[in-house]
Amino acid sequence: MSPVLRIKGLEKSYTPGKPVLHGIDLDIGATGMTAVIGPSGTGKSTLLRCINRLVEPSAGAILMEGQDLAALRGRALRLARRRIGMVFQEYNLVERLSVMENVLTGRLGYVPLWRAWLRRYPEADIERAFTLLDAVGLPDQATRRADALSGGQRQRVGIARALMQSPALLLADEPTSSLDPKTAVEVMELMARLTGEAGVPVIVNIHNVELAKRFALRIIGMSGGAVVFDGPPEALEPSHLRQIYGGENWLDG
Amino acid sequence: MAERRTPFPRSWPTRIGFGLGLLYLAYAAAQLGIDGERLLRGFGEGGRFLARMVPPNFERWELLVEGLLESLQIAVLSTLLGILLSLPLGLMAARNLAPVWLSTPVRGLIAICRSLHYVIVAILFVKAIGFGALAGVAALTIASMGFIAKLFAEAIEEINMKQVEAVRASGAAPAAVLIYGVLPQVASRFLGFSIYQLDSNLRNSTLVGIVGAGGIGGTLFAAFKRFDYDFVSAILLCIIALIFAAELLAGRIRAALR
Repeated sequence: MSPVLRIKGLEKSYTPGKPVLHGIDLDIGATGMTAVIGPSGTGKSTLLRCINRLVEPSAGAILMEGQDLAALRGRALRLARRRIGMVFQEYNLVERLSVMENVLTGRLGYVPLWRAWLRRYPEADIERAFTLLDAVGLPDQATRRADALSGGQRQRVGIARALMQSPALLLADEPTSSLDPKTAVEVMELMARLTGEAGVPVIVNIHNVELAKRFALRIIGMSGGAVVFDGPPEALEPSHLRQIYGGENWLDG
Repeated sequence: MAERRTPFPRSWPTRIGFGLGLLYLAYAAAQLGIDGERLLRGFGEGGRFLARMVPPNFERWELLVEGLLESLQIAVLSTLLGILLSLPLGLMAARNLAPVWLSTPVRGLIAICRSLHYVIVAILFVKAIGFGALAGVAALTIASMGFIAKLFAEAIEEINMKQVEAVRASGAAPAAVLIYGVLPQVASRFLGFSIYQLDSNLRNSTLVGIVGAGGIGGTLFAAFKRFDYDFVSAILLCIIALIFAAELLAGRIRAALR
């Protein structure tokens, strides 16, 4: 199957001469979850944010649906962004808006401004938002304000918002790092199930190696701004983890 | 025997400073001719003045009501205009959203609006566009712009950019990012500033009349000049009642917003 995303020679340096990403080359398949693991500060988040251009790449190409995302500007960039959903570590819901308004934020790239302003979304969008809220297990919360929800509930809304975009690709930047272990598993399960049903490929940055192995079809290990492991979860050995994270003692116990 | 330790060190600079302050007070009072005799004379005058203020005279109530209504209209109009102009100004002045080439000149404009006292601005407008309420509205609009736009810009600079980033990541156009990512975070504070400004414009609108810019201030000034102190006290009582009523209303609105 042809990949949904091809990253070629992607480089990023926030300060000149100190690159965070050293020429990343990756192909992301059209289905399934790809987990990116690696120590903090190794450029996982930068990699993800270069894809939807929340961060500007310094060099390289990111090919999706026949265009180079790294070269897009203005309206073309927005049209590309609406095909890329994103789930954030701290949920990043607009707290003063209702749950429904947050979910419908996923349609802002599609509906005209006046409709968004007056909350006059097309009926189909509203229905789909309710269906998604049912699917993420929040059937009765549509009118509550986002800041009234718990962390797990907020991340469920975050997933619904991302899927509302009808994305061709979902990016998840540490989606479970602010959640307790049980909720983290539930959120990962939900994300894997819903994206699986919709056939949306996912790239997820994650600290929890066990969760990564449990839900991902492919693990990418990063260290020092470069890919040092790329393979199925079964192939990930302790030696690889040592290479990715450095040191040994933390592996015992 | 051990040397006695000092629990509270004496600060000579403080004492000297305090002494110099007292000296200056005495010097300034002497320069201005404020002495015991002047004070006594002043209190005597004050007593006669107060005596002529009671009872308040409401005979010319039509004039009074007319002036009060005009002040009210000046306050409401200038606040609304000020709010409308402050919205875009505040957005353009926020350094986390607007580019530097835009935010810097807009901040300069806001600073100019704030730098002159509104009575001075009112005098300028009276000279420029003539006597009457229009000058008052214009002066207080400028004052409102300076106040609301500055606070609004500061409120925007304190918003959570992560929420804005999430809206932007959905492919929303800049205007949609403003409506969904920025305004919800600052709307209630903006309303708060606006209510506060309406409150203070009510007070300010009673003053601009003194320089000929419309409202009850003109009536008040005329009454002073004709030594109609009983009418003056009637006007003052009405202004106080108006401000109290506004305060009550503003409090209600603020409580409802919470």
